[in-house]
Amino acid sequence: MSRFTLLALLLFSGSAAAVIETYEFSNPELEVRYRQLSQELRCPKCQNQNIADSNAPISQDLRKLLYQQLEAGANDEEILDYMVARYGEFVRYRPSFTGATALLWLAPVLLLMIGIAVAVAAARARRSRVEQSALLNADDEQSLRELLAKTENDS
Amino acid sequence: MSPRLKLFIPLILFTGMALFLFRGLSLDPRELPSALIDRPLPDFNLPVLGQERLLQRADLVGEPALLNVWATWCVSCRVEHPYLLQIAASGVPIYGINYKDEDAAAARWLAELGDPYRANIADREGSLGLDLGVYGAPETYLVDAEGVIRYRHVGVVDERVWQTILQPMYQQLSASGDRG
Repeated sequence: MSRFTLLALLLFSGSAAAVIETYEFSNPELEVRYRQLSQELRCPKCQNQNIADSNAPISQDLRKLLYQQLEAGANDEEILDYMVARYGEFVRYRPSFTGATALLWLAPVLLLMIGIAVAVAAARARRSRVEQSALLNADDEQSLRELLAKTENDS
Repeated sequence: MSPRLKLFIPLILFTGMALFLFRGLSLDPRELPSALIDRPLPDFNLPVLGQERLLQRADLVGEPALLNVWATWCVSCRVEHPYLLQIAASGVPIYGINYKDEDAAAARWLAELGDPYRANIADREGSLGLDLGVYGAPETYLVDAEGVIRYRHVGVVDERVWQTILQPMYQQLSASGDRG
């Protein structure tokens, strides 16, 4: 067994152990999709678990349903639409973009842009302050020269 | 904007944020709006508990009614049961969906505790429950005369829930049905 396979096995054993019952898939590709979808679907009862991790009866039912639909040849979109029609957008950890979820999707970008704008404004204000303080006006320059001349004379 | 006014920006942001989060405190995260509100009751064809005949969607439709999802394994259902008897006694049609339960246990329950239901749908596999988006018993649906789901209550129906939420909606639906 190559080192890579071993590493992959170790990395994915966690999610395999999380699922309570096992299903025999006719096709390994279905199993991959089963794993992806069961982690993306949220348990309606326990709320902060996906159906892959949850032991609630409703999650068992949904896993069974997911298995049946995958074996029946449904595509991901059909399966998600079926779930959303019954349990609402809530059931997806990645809800589709609608009016109600727009804030959810856009808030991170919006906050990041506000953050950048604030940072840029702060940096600019600071630079102009530094530049201003670096410049001495004529009076200051005059008194500085006098002071320097005085110290040279003293020494 | 004058520099003086700019000083108020953090305060305004804070107030907005505080109001937003304060509202969040009073929301119950377990109260999910049903995806089926204002949608027709899904089709089904399931046996009636304790009888040989099948019950279909058309048998329920015609007048506003409550649809109560219950099971003998559900502790809260036992809590709400006496109140359902009272509601049924006042003339409100209640249909039961016996959700993922054993028929014998359900029949025993009804014999012992009383039967508030017009009829009980034996949803042994939970297929109707799935189509309704049920995620735990008890749940109570208010269905209008056209068979459209108008409201879902998750949890125990008690006097407060009935009098403040379900009864006003039920009376409104009954009144509009009489006129129409």
